[in-house]
Amino acid sequence: MKVDISGLSKFFENRIRLGIMSILIVNDSYDFNSLKAALGVTDGNLASHLKALEENGLIRVNKKFIGKKPNTSYSATESGEKIFRIHLKALEDIIRKK
Amino acid sequence: METRSEYIEDLRIIKKVMEESSRFLSLSGLSGLFAGLIALAGAAIAVFVFLDGKILLRDGFYIEQPADDLINLKIRLSILALIVLVLAISVSLWFSYRKAHRKGLKMWTPVSKKLLISLLVPLVTGGILIIIFYLQHNWQLVVPSMLIFYGLALVGAGKFTYNDVLYLGLLEIIAGIASMILPLYGIIFWCFGFGLLHIIYGLLMYRKYER
Repeated sequence: MKVDISGLSKFFENRIRLGIMSILIVNDSYDFNSLKAALGVTDGNLASHLKALEENGLIRVNKKFIGKKPNTSYSATESGEKIFRIHLKALEDIIRKK
Repeated sequence: METRSEYIEDLRIIKKVMEESSRFLSLSGLSGLFAGLIALAGAAIAVFVFLDGKILLRDGFYIEQPADDLINLKIRLSILALIVLVLAISVSLWFSYRKAHRKGLKMWTPVSKKLLISLLVPLVTGGILIIIFYLQHNWQLVVPSMLIFYGLALVGAGKFTYNDVLYLGLLEIIAGIASMILPLYGIIFWCFGFGLLHIIYGLLMYRKYER
């Protein structure tokens, strides 16, 4: 049987990007250190994936200061959320069909 | 192209990450069980050591007391209640810490901060009201308020941890309202709400999530 994989997004072939997006779908925003702890990845690795998602308009960066310490947090954009939901639905469909 | 098992793994990761980042899953059933046992032990000390085996709030016991003794009794019961509270919170935190450590989860996350705030707003409000009732000698309102505000705190916190906490909260609110209707039986409702309900809830949670 032919399976439709057109809903799958190349952004989420990587499991770290998949994890980042999963967190930002269920949370309004999440800061860098908490993302790092939740996904168990290194600073550099996380930063490069966040940059890729940001450059493609899937997530938004919010920089602010808590006291004197800079605090960077991230949220999903509307189009990022849409792409993720389509990807999730495609995954579920593939598994159900096969 | 990815294989089917990789897609299944993707879905598993999505579900796990979503759950862990939006709910505090380190809450242990054992916390509930031991908080309940501590509450019952505290109530037993209150009744058998301080209240001479009497459980009704105003069955003549207080009226016959000289005023100085009554003030002493109130202070003793308040100190006992504070000790019970501190012990119960410490034990709950310890079991949660243990569960978090064993499952490799973090205790202090954005969601545990939200959980704490949603607990603290009703608890601090209730706590201040209870101190006011206490100072105004409205003693019969103390136990119902404890149960009702604790219940409201749990209902609010249910969004940020296991959903089951919401049902425990609703039962605490019902117990609090019943206690308001039958003010003489404060200690009995206190044992039911903080003792029995916690023990049953703790055992159910332990069976459901930790075995």
